[in-house]
Formats: sequence, structure tokens, C-alpha cells
Amino acid sequence: MISHDVLVIGAGLAGLRAAVGVSQKYDTAVLTKVHPVRSHSVAAQGGMNAALANVEGSKDDTTEKHAFDTVKGSDYLADQPAVKVMCEEAPGLVYELEHFGCPWSRLEDGRIAQRPFGGAGYPRCCYASDRTGHMALHTLYEKAVELGVRFLEEWFVLSLAVENDRIHGVVAMELATGKVEVFGAKTVVLATGGYGRIFSRSSNALINTGSGIALAYEAGVPIEDMEFVQFHPTTLYGTNILMSEGARGEGGYLVNNRGERFMEKYASSAMELAPRDIVARSIQTEINEGRGFNDEYVHLDLRHLGREKIVERLPGIREIAIDFAGIEPIDEPIPVQPGQHYSMGGIATDVKGATNVKGLFAAGECACVSVHGANRLGGNSLLDTTVFGKLAGEAVKEYLDSGAESPDAKILHSAFKRQEKSIQEIFSRESKGETPGGILTEMRETVFHKCGVFREKNTLEEAYSKIRELQERYCKVAIQNITTRRYNPGLMNVLELKGMLEMAELIVAGAIAREECRGAHWRTDFPVRDDKNWLKHTMAVCSQDGPVFRYTDVEITDYEPKERQY
Amino acid sequence: MSQKNGNTDNQYTFKIFRFNPDVDREPYYDTFISGFPRGTTVLEALLHIQETMDDSIAFRFSCRSAVCGSCGMLVNGAPVLACRTQLMALTGDQVLIEPLPNMDIIKDMVVDMKPFWDAYLRVEPWLHVNEEDTPEKEYLQSPDEVRKLDPYINCILCACCYGSCPVLGFEENYLGPAAIAKLFRFMSDSRDRRGAKFLEKVNSPQGLWACHTIFRCIDACPKDIRPTDTIEALRRKLVVYRFKKFFHLLKQDQK
Ligand SMILES: Cc1cc2nc3c(=O)[nH]c(=O)nc-3n(C[C@H](O)[C@H](O)[C@H](O)COP(=O)(O)OP(=O)(O)OC[C@H]3O[C@@H](n4cnc5c(N)ncnc54)[C@H](O)[C@@H]3O)c2cc1C
Repeated sequence: MISHDVLVIGAGLAGLRAAVGVSQKYDTAVLTKVHPVRSHSVAAQGGMNAALANVEGSKDDTTEKHAFDTVKGSDYLADQPAVKVMCEEAPGLVYELEHFGCPWSRLEDGRIAQRPFGGAGYPRCCYASDRTGHMALHTLYEKAVELGVRFLEEWFVLSLAVENDRIHGVVAMELATGKVEVFGAKTVVLATGGYGRIFSRSSNALINTGSGIALAYEAGVPIEDMEFVQFHPTTLYGTNILMSEGARGEGGYLVNNRGERFMEKYASSAMELAPRDIVARSIQTEINEGRGFNDEYVHLDLRHLGREKIVERLPGIREIAIDFAGIEPIDEPIPVQPGQHYSMGGIATDVKGATNVKGLFAAGECACVSVHGANRLGGNSLLDTTVFGKLAGEAVKEYLDSGAESPDAKILHSAFKRQEKSIQEIFSRESKGETPGGILTEMRETVFHKCGVFREKNTLEEAYSKIRELQERYCKVAIQNITTRRYNPGLMNVLELKGMLEMAELIVAGAIAREECRGAHWRTDFPVRDDKNWLKHTMAVCSQDGPVFRYTDVEITDYEPKERQY
Repeated sequence: MSQKNGNTDNQYTFKIFRFNPDVDREPYYDTFISGFPRGTTVLEALLHIQETMDDSIAFRFSCRSAVCGSCGMLVNGAPVLACRTQLMALTGDQVLIEPLPNMDIIKDMVVDMKPFWDAYLRVEPWLHVNEEDTPEKEYLQSPDEVRKLDPYINCILCACCYGSCPVLGFEENYLGPAAIAKLFRFMSDSRDRRGAKFLEKVNSPQGLWACHTIFRCIDACPKDIRPTDTIEALRRKLVVYRFKKFFHLLKQDQK
């Protein structure tokens, strides 16, 4: 049996940063379903927040102010001690990436440049043109290969071996051969990213299925605040590829079909740079009330920025608009609409990434610390991935330093047998049965349209029964081609769909239960924030009959909840 | 697949390369006919075919927005990113889909990229610094110094250049265009301390000297990187270095 001290699952920014931290001291392997540089982190555009106070206009920025903006942005649902840690670590991590080689955009004097971002009181978003994720991910991967980190690429983790609240390892499948293998481990770090692709309109990579959250859920870890789903206000109409907030940070306007900068009505002082939940609702309201274009989108207008600024600061946005919509933003406005973008909720962890299972940690978008609460600020996620990737790595070292037990071969073997059996069972199904495609499409449309920007009891309940129906149909879902296990996408689709349906169920059930408006969770039938009853985290635990919910207190240490105004 | 408005579907005939080394003696082609609306990309079309007609067709994908580098393949013979290629932009209604050349086939369009990554490692693709010089905050770097890197840092490691390189067809140990462009990116970075002597490591017939300057990589690159230019620039740098070394013109720290 293969065994390691540390197994990191996922090689986006969070996984890479965790691996870079532990690999010099403990035997570490990184399992990832795609090559590390194909991870979704590569697509991040706008930047990463840190109160460096580098630019004119941010001279008196501080980590406390960053923390306050984050807490306010979260609609007071974030745990304040965790937010404080993240904001204090931020400058160190931006500098660390710089030392590793990240080509940050610069000021004339050679220091790192910063741009304004939504919900932030100062320009504190550090960026590498509008390709920050690409630059940061390649940089961390370069550091990892320098350190000789061991990668197992195109291995898909199927389950966690957990017994008596302790991790023993994972079961995974090699895509190239379809071989199922068990890996023993004293510690496992989940860094598997978000679940965007359970929504029909999403800015996320096609591979973002949330499978790591599902792994933890199935292993008995509480899943926190799943009803909080970020809808990005500006995704490209048609493909929903992201048009970064950086476009508005650089001065872009949002305009309706009457030519009005409508944000005036909704956030008269922050305008286009209000937090995402507010801008997304404003756009959706304009569209719903007939002031959109073709009842589908509004315009993101960059023309007044001029060619030079667009080419220099937003080259990626421009390239995407040209390639995917045939629109040259220098000459024409870009059609945009809200789309799912980020998972605020996820695997419940403490500030060091530890879960309730001994030896099991989580970091990055799959985790919920919680630093984003009910609404994440742009630029805080790249930050979250690196900070909590680093801290999870440190926590793993502490845990191993104190002498962790070795994994139990018997437990691993039975975990392996369970997975092997279930794959054999899938291959034995009637190949003429329903394939995953139909279920996927119905799930995506249901979740986006009935549990989207605006929510309401009746439609949420319809969505819930739909998901239960799809779960039943899932039990018989089949692959067409049963001749081979080698790189079999049909099999992957069946395997991933199970977790996706579980995530959909958690989101919708959490949204039905929470009878208030907070951040990205907007109930038209309960149109106010209700701190008395709902200043609480949702914790969903897996049971035979679906999720069981309990609620825990939010850690409020510095900033008392107030009404949010921008 | 995303729905584009106000247009009718066009019919396309896809001829798709198939090979599963476990069961097939040799590769063959499958044909699929389907209608797609205006604005459909090759990747969207392939996903549609996979979902509705044959779920065993293997190809890689991830971001669908031309930044992750997963979906490099041959479309009508040209190495491209499937996600960025519009069906409409192809001539005619026949679409031939094949894997990138110069690598072994795992299945269908999924190739074994190990040689590509091995070459990448050979150039030590990370910033070489002296630990003791690391500043407390950032290394200072002017906007112009960053601008010099801009054309090269956009590389997404998709291997379209690697698949298009004629030299790799007969010299499988050649570094290839992407790795050399990566080396150039680091050697052009004002923070990198490796110096010209590093080029000795790639001073071989499989290194800097294998390129026949046929420029296919420049045509293939979806990010407009010009690998051949970097190969020529590094050759010149190496020649200057050797010349100085021969005539004892190098300073102590350049040796
Ligand atoms: C288009 C876009 C732009 C963005 N721009 C910004 C921005 O400007 N600033 C900002 O702060 N945030 C931004 N975000 C958010 C941010 O990019 C992500 O939240 C962040 O990159 C997530 O990183 P991660 O390491 O947690 O996960 P990911 O990068 O998603 O990596 C997940 C990893 O897990 C692996 N994996 C998943 N499941 C399995 C499994 N079952 N078995 C094995 N491996 C598995 C995958 O292979 C992958 O390597 C953006 C998001 C999007 C969608």
C-alpha cells in the first residue's frame, strides 16, 4: 500500500501553497484531477487584496481597515478573528509570491501596484494586469517544482477513509487507466475548490464540481453556510466567462437600455464598486423590470477609458470579449449578466484549516473558515487560498510533530473495496439507461433559476423536490461505453454527478431554512436581515435522510453588526 | 452548450480521431453529424457530441476561456485551443479533430504530456535568487522591466507549439519551443540571478541548437508568444558568453 505523511488533494493556489509549506519536512504527495496549472485558480483575473498602502490614495490603509471592509462586506456573518488573521497575513503573502517570481504590475517607483476593488475603502487590490490568477498559479507551481513536490496528476479522489473521527487516507482513481488505488495518509488537506458548475450560468471552469466538499460531507464533516452563493454581476452574456471587477475598478460603467448609469439608484456613493451581491441584484432588477437588453443583459461600458488603458490594464478582458463575443471593448459596450461565481460556504474549519476529523484539513474555496460570511469581496479569495493554504500547512506540521498515528490498513482496504465495488456496479448497469447529461442540465437550470440572485419559498421548495427526484433518477444513471475504464469521461460524469446533487441539495435546503436576507442570500419573502434569529452559521451534517441542520454563533469581536450602506 | 440568440443552426460533420491502446490495434475515425448555433466553439461542440452521442470520446478541458491550456488539439490539421476556436471560423462544414502530434496517445485526443513537462523541468523554470538578498518587502521592478516580460509570461503551457514543432518529430529529446520561451522569460526578469552561464546547461544539439527556425511554433501559439525569437535571442546570448569566457572577459560573478 502507498502511504504518505501528507496528502494534499487539489493543486490550485490553496493546495500548492499547503504543499510548498510542508513538503520540505514531511513526505508529501499532491493528488489532482487535472494538471496543477489547469486548476481553476488560473482563471482569476482582477487581483489579490493586501493593505500594502503602496499607492496614492491608500497611504493610510491598514490591515484593520481591510478587516473592517471584509466584515462589512460579509454582511457581518464572517468570523472576525479569522478575518483579522487573513488581513494581517495578506501583505506577507503578496510579498512571498513576489519573491517566488510573480510578475505583479508595478508603480513607477518599482513597488507593487494596487487598484480599487468593490467594497474596499482604499485601492488595495494587487494585480498582474488582469491575469492575476494565471501569474500567481504558475508562480506557485514553479516554486513547487523547484522544491521537488511530488504530484500525482489526473488522479480523481473518490472517497476519504475516515473512521472514529480520524483520517486514514483516500481512495482515488487514475484517469489514464481507470485503476482504483488506496493511499494511506496521516493527514489529508482538501483544497478542491468550488462547486460553480452545479449552476447553469457560472463563471467557473467546467471542472468545478465541488467534489471535495462532497467527500468531506460524506465522511461526516459539517458543511457550513452553503446557501451563500456569490453571483458575479458581470459575466459575459452567452458563455458567462468572467468580466473582472477590475474592469469597473479601472472605471468601467454599467449602463441600462436607457443609457443610464443605474447604480446611482442602488449605491449612490460606491456606484459600480459596491459589493458584488448589491451590484448583481441591481443588474438583475434592471433586467427584470425591462431596462435590460433583450431581457437578458446590461452593458459594461469601457469605451471612455480609452484604448491605452484598456490594452495595458485589461488585455485579458479585451481578448475574451473579442474571442468569445466578437466585441471590441474599445469600440463597443460588453453585454453582461449575473452568473454564479464563488462558493462562500464549504467544509467547516477552524482558523488553521482543521476540521472535526483528526488529521483532516481543508483550505481555499472548498473550505469555510469563515472569512467571507454572506458575501465575499473581490480580491479576497486569492488571498484566502494562499493564507489558509499556508496556515493549513503549518497546522499539518504541528499535528505531525506531535506524533500522529499511522493509518490503519484494514480501514483503508475496506474503503478501497467499497469504491471498487461501486464502480463495478456502475459498469454493470444497463448501458441504455439514462445518462448523466439530462440530470445535469435539469439540476443546473433548477438551481440557477430557483435558487439564484432572488429567492422565495415556493420556488425554493420546487427546486428541492426536483433535486430529490434527480437523486432518485441518479441511482440508475448509466454510461454508454462500458468497454473500457481507460480515460472514460462517461464514468467521470457519473461519479461527479453524485456529489453535485448533494451540493445542490445543501444549497437549496439551507436557503429554504434561512428566512432572512443577508449578503448574497436574498429572500424576497423575508426582505430584511434578521440578526436576532439569523446571525448564525448554518452547519449541515449528512444523514440517511439527507442533511440535518444545526446553527452556531458567529464570532463577533471587533465590529458590531450595522446596516450596510455603500 | 450556451445558447446564442437570433440564429439558425448550421450542420457540421465531425470526423474524430479514436484510439484506445487497450482495445484498438490502430487508430480510426468516427463521424458525427450535428447542427450547432452560431457562436459555438469546437470545445462546446465536442462536449455536446460527448454528452449526446458517445460518452467515451476523450479530450481534456477545464477553463473554457483560453487560460488553462488543457484543450490543445488539431482542428482541421492546425494546433489550436478547442475552446477558443469558433466553428464558424473554420472553412467549410467538415471538422477534423485529432490529437496534438509528437506525444504518445493515452486515449483519443488525450496525449501523454510527460516529455513536454520533462523539458519544462530541464530549464529550471523558477526564479533564481540569492536567498540572502531577499528584501523584506518586494524586489523593486519598474513597469518597463515588467513590460519586457509581458509577451512571455502569457504562456499557458498548452503544448500547441510542442505539437507543431517539426524538429520534435525526429529529435524527441529536444527541449521544444515552450521550455525555451520559459527560460527566456526568467532570464529576462530583472530579479533573476542565474546569468548567462546557465545557458551552458542547454548548450547541446537537443537544447538551443536543435531549432531549424521553421517558425511553426509562432503560428501555433494561441497567446502570440514568439518562441523562435526567444531561441535566437538565447543563442546570441550564449555565443557572447562563450566569446567573453574564451577571452577571459567575464567578471568573477559571471563565470
Ligand atoms: C473567472 C474567475 C475569476 C476570479 N478572479 C478572482 C480575483 O481576481 N481575485 C480573487 O481573489 N478571486 C478570484 N476568483 C476566485 C478564485 O480564483 C478562486 O476562489 C480560487 O482560485 C480557488 O482556488 P483553490 O485553490 O481553492 O481551488 P482551485 O484552483 O479550483 O483548485 C482545485 C483543485 O482541486 C482539484 N480537485 C478537485 N476535486 C478533486 C478530486 N475529487 N480529486 C482530485 N483533485 C481534485 C483540481 O484538480 C484542482 O487542482 C475568481 C474566480 C473565477 C471563477
